[in-house]
Amino acid sequence: MSTVYDAIIIGGGHNGLITAAYLAKAGRKVLVLERRHVLGGAAVSEEIYPGFTYSVCSYVVSLLRPHIIRDLDLPKFGLDIIPLNASFSPLPDGDSLCRWDDAARTRREIARFSPRDAEVAPEFSRAMAQISRFVKPIIDGPAIDPASMGPEEALRLLKLGRRFRGLGKDNMVRFIKMMTMSASDFLDEWFESDVLKAPMSVSGIIGTFLGVRSPGTAYVLLHHYMGEIDGAFRSWGFSRGGTGMVSEACAGSARHYGAEIRTQAPVAKILMSGGRATGVVLENGDEIRGKIVASGVDPRRTFFGFVGEDNLDPEFAKQISHYKLRGSSGKVNFALDRLPEFKCRPGSEHLHGDIAIAPSVDYLERAYDQAKYGEFSRRPYINAVIPSLVDPTVAPPGKHVLSCFVQYAPYNIKEGASAWPEKREAFGDTVVDTLAEYIPNLKDIILHRQVITPWDMEQDFGLTEGNIFHGELSFEQLAFLRPAARWSHYKTPVRNLWLCGSGAHPGGGLMGGPGALAAEAILSSGECR
Amino acid sequence: MPEPTPFHERTAALCKSYRWTEWAGYHAVSYYGACHSTEYMAFRHSAGLLDVTPLYKYDVRGKDAASFLSRIMARNVHKIKDNQVSYSCWTDDEGKILDDGTVMHLGENFYRVTAAAPTYDWLARHTRGSDVTIEDVSAKICALAIQGPQSKNIVKAASDAAIDKLKFFRATTGKIDGVPVTITRTGYTGDLGYEVWTENEHALKLYDAIMGEGKNYGLQPAGLSALDMTRIEAGFILADIEYFAAKDCMIEGRKNSPYEIGLGWTVHLNRDPFIGQEALRREKTEGSPVTLVGLEMDWVELERLCERYNLPPQLGSGASREGLPVYSGGEQIGKVTSSTFSPILKKYIALGSVSSEYAELGTELQLEYTLEYERHTITARVVKMPFFDPERKKL
Repeated sequence: MSTVYDAIIIGGGHNGLITAAYLAKAGRKVLVLERRHVLGGAAVSEEIYPGFTYSVCSYVVSLLRPHIIRDLDLPKFGLDIIPLNASFSPLPDGDSLCRWDDAARTRREIARFSPRDAEVAPEFSRAMAQISRFVKPIIDGPAIDPASMGPEEALRLLKLGRRFRGLGKDNMVRFIKMMTMSASDFLDEWFESDVLKAPMSVSGIIGTFLGVRSPGTAYVLLHHYMGEIDGAFRSWGFSRGGTGMVSEACAGSARHYGAEIRTQAPVAKILMSGGRATGVVLENGDEIRGKIVASGVDPRRTFFGFVGEDNLDPEFAKQISHYKLRGSSGKVNFALDRLPEFKCRPGSEHLHGDIAIAPSVDYLERAYDQAKYGEFSRRPYINAVIPSLVDPTVAPPGKHVLSCFVQYAPYNIKEGASAWPEKREAFGDTVVDTLAEYIPNLKDIILHRQVITPWDMEQDFGLTEGNIFHGELSFEQLAFLRPAARWSHYKTPVRNLWLCGSGAHPGGGLMGGPGALAAEAILSSGECR
Repeated sequence: MPEPTPFHERTAALCKSYRWTEWAGYHAVSYYGACHSTEYMAFRHSAGLLDVTPLYKYDVRGKDAASFLSRIMARNVHKIKDNQVSYSCWTDDEGKILDDGTVMHLGENFYRVTAAAPTYDWLARHTRGSDVTIEDVSAKICALAIQGPQSKNIVKAASDAAIDKLKFFRATTGKIDGVPVTITRTGYTGDLGYEVWTENEHALKLYDAIMGEGKNYGLQPAGLSALDMTRIEAGFILADIEYFAAKDCMIEGRKNSPYEIGLGWTVHLNRDPFIGQEALRREKTEGSPVTLVGLEMDWVELERLCERYNLPPQLGSGASREGLPVYSGGEQIGKVTSSTFSPILKKYIALGSVSSEYAELGTELQLEYTLEYERHTITARVVKMPFFDPERKKL
């Protein structure tokens, strides 16, 4: 009889590794199975072009929960976050806006466009910080399910209500508005300058197949404000050595506590026996037994790919089939021979943070218009970073990595998703052309480019429909509805099968919340003793 | 009024914040940009460039140089090999510390001593009968510290010296853009790092050459605020903060022995006589009343306390030199002298001095913590130092 593991984790992404680390720390015998040759899932660093390390998919860190960093002692295993200290938005008319980590300087920048906005901006930040503090326990605990009405849930709901009142009248209203409004409408209530609103509103659409004027996007905006580094909300950072180092640190911690991690070990099926998950079958036919199986893979692939619809309750299967993934973004990574020069603002100081190609709200909405009808945006929203400016380990001396998140690139293009490979280079060209309008020397300094379409995200990284969050962060699929009503507590209708990826509460982003909370739920269930 | 160092023309142009402080009679940058945190990050992630000219420097030459210095230093200077740098301290006759610094063995019968405070008189006063000359080169020699993981690449690219072969706490000579320099693999950040020494007249040329090479490696000019955080992470003590020079103390209670401030390892007792030997021998046998410790604050407690005020953890801005009482069972048993949140370790750490019976690793103590003008205490654990000790430092 071969080994029976206490827990088998499918997927060596950051969440799976975090679940593994917590379970191993609690003394369980854990096996992590990763399909690819490298760990990290979408949080991965790879040397695609010699000498250059790309953060292939996920490229900045903010949401990673501070208590996880401490519980798993991640700094000891190589986690090292460098804060971004500027947010630069070039404009087509030759002007630009840069928001710095320096209040006075930011105020002066915004005042060039609107003196009133310059004064309102800090007020807005404070309100967001207060609301984020209210949300923090919600995302740091299992989802509260008002439908369950058990005594424990009722008590938690009561506590939440009390905290909600503590928010104060103004913030209570703001919070409710954020649950329903569009990012653009919400910002209109605060600001008048389009130049400021446009780069702010994009946080509302990232990874979501909606436009900045679509209702519901204000919540996604909040989701991106909850990021916290060392107690400061709304701060984002680079992981030294690329985002893959976050995963490597999680893996280091997991191994330290005794977890076994295998790469190039693709799972074909979850083994079922009497309605119960009993292990997995690898693509090479190997069967591995486990007391429980936890899947870090998205819900669609987990249930329809690994479990099979015939093993599922039809009502649950229906919910999962309605679960929206709808990938909306691509990623283009460049190796550059030297630093790009922005026509509108020479120098490099403003390039140490993120760079947003989001010149106006109309521009963003137009980008969505094309996507609605199955095309990638001809002039997309781009969020670019040059991590090599602050982390010299990712590029040779004097050379740079430019990493671009690009939206919209709908998974379902009108020719069908499988037509993406033929469109890949055209999509890459669009990104280059868009950037070249701001960086005239760009085309001369590109040494290599890696274009990742939503189709590639699905094929290469296992993200169904190329959704970076394992399912949109829209209100109807968050908290007690993620991924399905009544099944938001990591447990699934398949006995001994658990979810531990971004498709579970509190959702996507390099957050680790689902991984940690799943581990907690698994341990308290007693199923893998 | 402080005066400019030879690098001032460059550092002043870069110091957009106008945040200066005084260091040993010189203008020294606190931080160049909006705040110190970018410079801290450079020290830990790429490299930071710091003007360390204000250190006091004394060249000791002559046939008896080693014997002479051995009489002054707590460390046996005879054991410092050619091109080796040694960290040492020196005490008065009572074994009470006067200063700490490095002794560099730079040539045959040639040593350079660096110090935090003026030391010429203390050296000169003990030369009687020895064949040595002492020269105060403090105002002749300038120095730059290049510290951080990329420092080796930068110094290697900038100089013709055999940097690959230069081991931790060793010295070599070479040229940087034609400027003759001494390069030591030393520093105050507890990381991979180098210090480059030259004569004042070459200062600007040296600065330009290092900055020029450094731009490909993320080198950033850094000030004393960032340095203060890194030195706490490294567990390094600072004169006038962790201890006071015995000769400046009005009262006995302020004086410390090397054993009390974590420098016991630099004391070589069993050898030829040196200043303070008898007193130190006695203390070694009898034990020291107080001990320097590293403390780590309990994060959960800190977060909970702040939560009661509906605030995120209040981490302060950079390193604090505010003295804080440390308690055990309600009684004060020591003090914290320096503290900082460590962004790289994600921990709140402090250097302190406690009654020796509380110095054992793992001991839980209570540290005063003020929040919203109200005093509280937070549990702090005695932990091993250095708090931060990357392998690359010595590799």
